[in-house]
Amino acid sequence: MITANPILAINRLCKDFPGVKALDNVDFFLRKGEIHALMGENGAGKSVLVKVLTGVYKRDKGKIYFEGKPFYVHSPKEAQECGISTVYQEINLVPNLSVAENIYLNRQPQIRGFIDWKATNKKAEKVLERLDLKLDVKQPLGSFSIAIQQMVAIGRALDLDAKVLILDEPTSSLNVKEVQQLFTIMRKLKSLGHSIIFITHFIDQVYEISDRITVLRNGMLVGEFLTDSIDRVELIAKLMGKKLAEFSSEQAEIEQGDENKQGIPFLEVQGLGKKGLIEPFDLRMYKREVLGLAGLLGSGRTEIANLIFGIDRADKGQILLNGKSVNISNPHDSLKFGFGLCPEDRKSEGIIEDLSIRENIILSLQVKKGCFKYIKRKIQEKLVSKYIDMLKIKTPDMEQAIKNLSGGNQQKVIVARWLASNPGLLIMDEPTRGIDVGAKAEIQKLILELSQKGMAILFISSELEEVIRCSQKVVVVRDKAKIAELTGTQINEHTIMNKIAVV
Amino acid sequence: MKLLFKRINRKKIPLYANFIIFVLIYALGAIFYRKFLSLRVFVNLLTDNSFLGITAVGMTLVIISGGIDLSVGSMMVFTTMLIALFTEMLHLPPIVVLPAVVLIGVLFGSLMGGLIHFFNAPPFIVTLSGMFLARGLGFVISLDSIPIKHKFYYNASQFGIQLTEKIRMPIIAIIFIAVVIIGIILSHYTKFGRNTYAIGGNEQSAVLMGLPVGRIKIMIYAFSGMCSALAGIVYVLYTLSGYGLAYMGLELDSVASVVIGGTLLTGGVGYVEGTLVGVLIQGLIYNFITFQGNLNVWWAKIVIGLLLLFFILMQRTFSTRTAAN
Repeated sequence: MITANPILAINRLCKDFPGVKALDNVDFFLRKGEIHALMGENGAGKSVLVKVLTGVYKRDKGKIYFEGKPFYVHSPKEAQECGISTVYQEINLVPNLSVAENIYLNRQPQIRGFIDWKATNKKAEKVLERLDLKLDVKQPLGSFSIAIQQMVAIGRALDLDAKVLILDEPTSSLNVKEVQQLFTIMRKLKSLGHSIIFITHFIDQVYEISDRITVLRNGMLVGEFLTDSIDRVELIAKLMGKKLAEFSSEQAEIEQGDENKQGIPFLEVQGLGKKGLIEPFDLRMYKREVLGLAGLLGSGRTEIANLIFGIDRADKGQILLNGKSVNISNPHDSLKFGFGLCPEDRKSEGIIEDLSIRENIILSLQVKKGCFKYIKRKIQEKLVSKYIDMLKIKTPDMEQAIKNLSGGNQQKVIVARWLASNPGLLIMDEPTRGIDVGAKAEIQKLILELSQKGMAILFISSELEEVIRCSQKVVVVRDKAKIAELTGTQINEHTIMNKIAVV
Repeated sequence: MKLLFKRINRKKIPLYANFIIFVLIYALGAIFYRKFLSLRVFVNLLTDNSFLGITAVGMTLVIISGGIDLSVGSMMVFTTMLIALFTEMLHLPPIVVLPAVVLIGVLFGSLMGGLIHFFNAPPFIVTLSGMFLARGLGFVISLDSIPIKHKFYYNASQFGIQLTEKIRMPIIAIIFIAVVIIGIILSHYTKFGRNTYAIGGNEQSAVLMGLPVGRIKIMIYAFSGMCSALAGIVYVLYTLSGYGLAYMGLELDSVASVVIGGTLLTGGVGYVEGTLVGVLIQGLIYNFITFQGNLNVWWAKIVIGLLLLFFILMQRTFSTRTAAN
């Protein structure tokens, strides 16, 4: 792509993590004084790109040019000194110190070796004035809202002479008014000639503020677009990745049988909701059925899963199991009722890294039996080897620590864990995220097999293709609310994307 | 009034509570016992708690940074043994001995700080082993108490500032106050001090903000080591001897003073001036028992224990409340 002198040019950047290509020949161009949105679903490589750029990770291949010169830094600190500052969603400032100190920490003006507090506070006020922000800079940062803290972080970056400002999901925890405040500041910075990389998954915001959009998907560049020249449906199509041709042959295997969809549903959700988390929604799930949840990142997919499983407590509605109302207020309850959940964040919520495969699989069974009832080692081993064979988990032996496995195999271990407790309902939140294509296909096949054996499965994925292929029913969520339920021939890309895109 | 209340920094509430309790105990003492309020009692309060106070200043910075230093008591005792060894057995002059022991304290602290930083080892364990090591090394020098007979130490211990005709502020109390002042200046008016607060507030952020976290951590423990060595010198002036079994459990009294003084054990918030008051509160409680005459000294421990519990609970409520905001 030929561009008028980009301030930042990234050429064919590659970064591998064990088992995954996190970045695969990604190009990215940032021009002076533009707001450039960087978009992509989970695992697209947005944050890896930022982390490689700012020196948190080492790049494997590729070139980065900053202001025309090759750019290579080893730490965020070094990047900051060169003029590239990042403001994270999790504010990386210290809440216990004052606003002024946070801006000038370790750079405070001094008189004879001692900090000049007056000058520090004055200078801080001046910096914030540039952002049209008036604060009592002597107050501790933690006493202000997240929005203000973010602006203070931007103020610090400005004072460090940031030419490129990376805002990593800055609006996720802001309300509407605060978002507007932030946008005012972003426009102001733009007019002052700063360049901004704006990472977000809010489509509306991208259209409101950005000049250009770069879309990544599965570590690859989908494309760079002028915001004015791409419409919503097209953008969503790019985000969701329309094609996954490799395994379309398996599509035929799904039976769209309706014979068991009458009568009392296995699980019925009536008006379940929680304020601020997700609007009340209804769901009906039958045995031998896969219900797909489609929607963009942050639309409320995971929230639905968490409410049903009892990780978050609903403040409205009820859950019926085989027609009877049940009270689920924590995951332990849902275990008792035979629910299982493969969480979205496999690393921190799913596996226990240092335990062996055997121990990871036995966990849920042990919980079900009560923690003081020892399960005989022989029985454990028999069970585990059964699942290793059944799910084709690739490992030298069952005593291997689970962290040594690839992502796909870890996922299978988690599935095995639930199978061991023989659940009636299995919720799978992004089970195929961050694993390679072959393993994805195996997981999909597994989902279909399990449902045919009588399990009800709630399947969440940001791969539209995958949801369409596996599910008999698809629920579409957007902006923290269920907006549609599709069955039969309605389940196709076009319909789903239109549902998501309609304003 | 409301405005005034609003202006009060919530995080300082434990500090204010600590001042109020100090005044209350003092007032109570003054009501019950005639001499409680006298200048002499106050000077003795400073003197008798000086070594505890000096270690507590170092401890304050360590705890503000989110760590803990359990080695302070042993290091103090080890210093007394070193002074005895150097002076009585090797016959070295004080001008060599005193800088040497301070330097050893600094090195010992830096070593622990280095272990904590470079090996990412928990401060609790590192300083616990430091505690055993220093106690043990003290016993290697001698199992018994060694009297220190060098003239200099006797003369120094008699030195003081005449406050009134009869009452003198001894050198020990002066060193204590000096260390407190240095601690206040360090923590409020230097980059080192502010960076310490930043590390205690959120270490990961401090790294991302580009602070020299490793160097600061090592300096914090070095400072604490230096304070322990100074406390050892003061202890020698106080008792004119070195003794390996002296003041068992000083490190815990020191932690107690810091916490009663309003420093959050989780790090990030704390005040050296609060620690001073925390030390004096403990001293006052002992004074109370002494003045009363009939009570067992252990009652002091019980009261201090309850007080500590009160402060911890107060900290919990305030830190959870600020988190909820």
